[in-house]
Amino acid sequence: MTLAVGIAGIGLLGPGLAGWVQAAPVLAGRVPHEAAPLTPPAPAMLPATERRRTGPSVRLALAVAAEAVQDSGVPPEELDTVFASSNGEGQVITSILEALHTPDGAISPTQFHNSVHNAAAGYWGIAVGSSRPSVSLGGHDGVFATGLLHAAAQVVAGRRPVLFVAHDVPLPPPLDALRPTSAPFAIAMVLTPATGTRGALRLEQRDLAAPPPLLPPGLDALHGANPVARALPLLAALAAGGAAEILLPMLDDASLAVTVAA
Amino acid sequence: MAPLRITAITATSAMGVGLAGTREALATRRGGLAPCDLPGMPPGVWVGRVREADTVEPPAAFAAFACRNTRLAELALRQDGFTEAVAAAVARHGAGRVAVVLGTSTSGIEETEQAWSRRGADGALPPYDFASTHDLHALPRYVRARLGLKGACISISTACTSGARAFLDAATLIAAGVADAAVVGGADTLCRLTLHGFGSLELLAKGPTRPCAEDRDGICIGEAAAFALLERAGPEDAGALGLLGAGASSDGHHMSSPHPDGLGAVVAMRAALDSAGLAPSQIDYVNMHGTGTRANDAMEDRALARIFGDAVPCSSTKGWTGHTLGASGALEAAISTVCIEAGLVPGCLGLDRADPSFASGIVVTNRAARVDRVLSNSFGFGGSNCALVIGRLP
Repeated sequence: MTLAVGIAGIGLLGPGLAGWVQAAPVLAGRVPHEAAPLTPPAPAMLPATERRRTGPSVRLALAVAAEAVQDSGVPPEELDTVFASSNGEGQVITSILEALHTPDGAISPTQFHNSVHNAAAGYWGIAVGSSRPSVSLGGHDGVFATGLLHAAAQVVAGRRPVLFVAHDVPLPPPLDALRPTSAPFAIAMVLTPATGTRGALRLEQRDLAAPPPLLPPGLDALHGANPVARALPLLAALAAGGAAEILLPMLDDASLAVTVAA
Repeated sequence: MAPLRITAITATSAMGVGLAGTREALATRRGGLAPCDLPGMPPGVWVGRVREADTVEPPAAFAAFACRNTRLAELALRQDGFTEAVAAAVARHGAGRVAVVLGTSTSGIEETEQAWSRRGADGALPPYDFASTHDLHALPRYVRARLGLKGACISISTACTSGARAFLDAATLIAAGVADAAVVGGADTLCRLTLHGFGSLELLAKGPTRPCAEDRDGICIGEAAAFALLERAGPEDAGALGLLGAGASSDGHHMSSPHPDGLGAVVAMRAALDSAGLAPSQIDYVNMHGTGTRANDAMEDRALARIFGDAVPCSSTKGWTGHTLGASGALEAAISTVCIEAGLVPGCLGLDRADPSFASGIVVTNRAARVDRVLSNSFGFGGSNCALVIGRLP
């Protein structure tokens, strides 16, 4: 069963990839990739109190979501959302684990409510004043492809646009040794039932592991540095234009075949 | 939505291992909460613990997944002929057409909590399989491998709506043609993060939780795993159990406090009724989210009264199980099927009368009644709301 969706808007943040318009020539191989450090921006869309409470993973998610939605021209409060992240807000989880192992074991209530995996979705809902449904997914190294498949299924079943956001940041020590992630990376797409201004995709799950991708140097390292950056071969194809077929990793025995329309 | 047949369903919680125990506990009003005797937990709290899971291990081929959450999931999978029903679905559809969509809020983080106390002098954690325990995807990956499935594998983590969202999201995958059947549900287990977390918000009850009581004083945390097998329903399934509708919404209000008038809850319930094509009067029983906190129960009562008035009996079954967080939506979907099959409306446990300020039809004693359609609510942090309509297929 193949799912067909359009892309009406894209948002992107990664080292040396500062937004879709700036990053597209880099991804297309027309401009060399220069890995510049990336600090997730404070979300201006939130009231100051809430803004202060957001961690780097949430900030990254909100930044790319805002970019993609603006790019699409769809009012943000009208969009159902699918958020996907492998690591969640590792900074909050780590600090809670640390606090749990102090003598009194007391943790901060704000940190606790920020520890939920759907924190980014919750802050997005507050920022745009939306009551539209939202779901938050995990997915380990297959988080991007899994989230994309799920969001596309929602577009096809519901016949309305969906904002898909995938975001991950490095985990602090000591968890980083068990789950290495060395760069922040986030991508958002407004997916639509019809072909969009940023292209169209056909998706199908396959029973085989995805092969290693062919990417320009630099981007190859980034691909392995963050689970969401497994999207890079697809982003490179979208930036280059023209037809392409890509296998994105989902599981040890499954991948997502993505056909980019010409 | 097109209704889906619930071909198989099972639940394991403090009130029972499998549906027979669950049914008996409901009918006899025997709750499963007890004082917490796990180490490192806040003092003086009660929990809904599943002791039977302590000694369960996953099959040797999947030993890498061993952790508290996997043990509870494994115990639940073994009940009510569930694995056999899934094997039959694989024979009907093919393993690649059966998806796994499971909710959890904390997955196997308890494994990391234990490892944390064994850190070396340099702060490094001892080696363990993070991806197969702590990681959110560990739960659906385990169940998919354990049941020999090859379809889509989705981990959902929307706090306390995770288990309910799994039903809704699986219905989406089936509607889009990604799968012909789905193993759905959720599992969440007791861990220090959630107990101390709710403790930090001063939301833990001092004894067994008493949702909807005038003097209710908070939540008891429980653990549970519940699974269902969903498939497209045909005309021959009339009268069988099904997922008739599902609806969701976001509060867009606050990270941990619901909208005081329950606007998000109202939107989710209306969306579920609309997707089932049902009027409020066609619902026979509402299984509330009903966590036992002052604010949440009051919010839910207002939302229920707005849709149902006091005409439909409503109760929370968390007095039996505690709040099983990301599993609660799946557990309560299973409890809803028990109520339908047993012809039972369970009254809230541990109180003589509902909070007199409440306006909805809260019941506090068990009633025998024909129950064909149940609306089950789940609400969570981040303003996540989800309502399911479980009932006999038309």
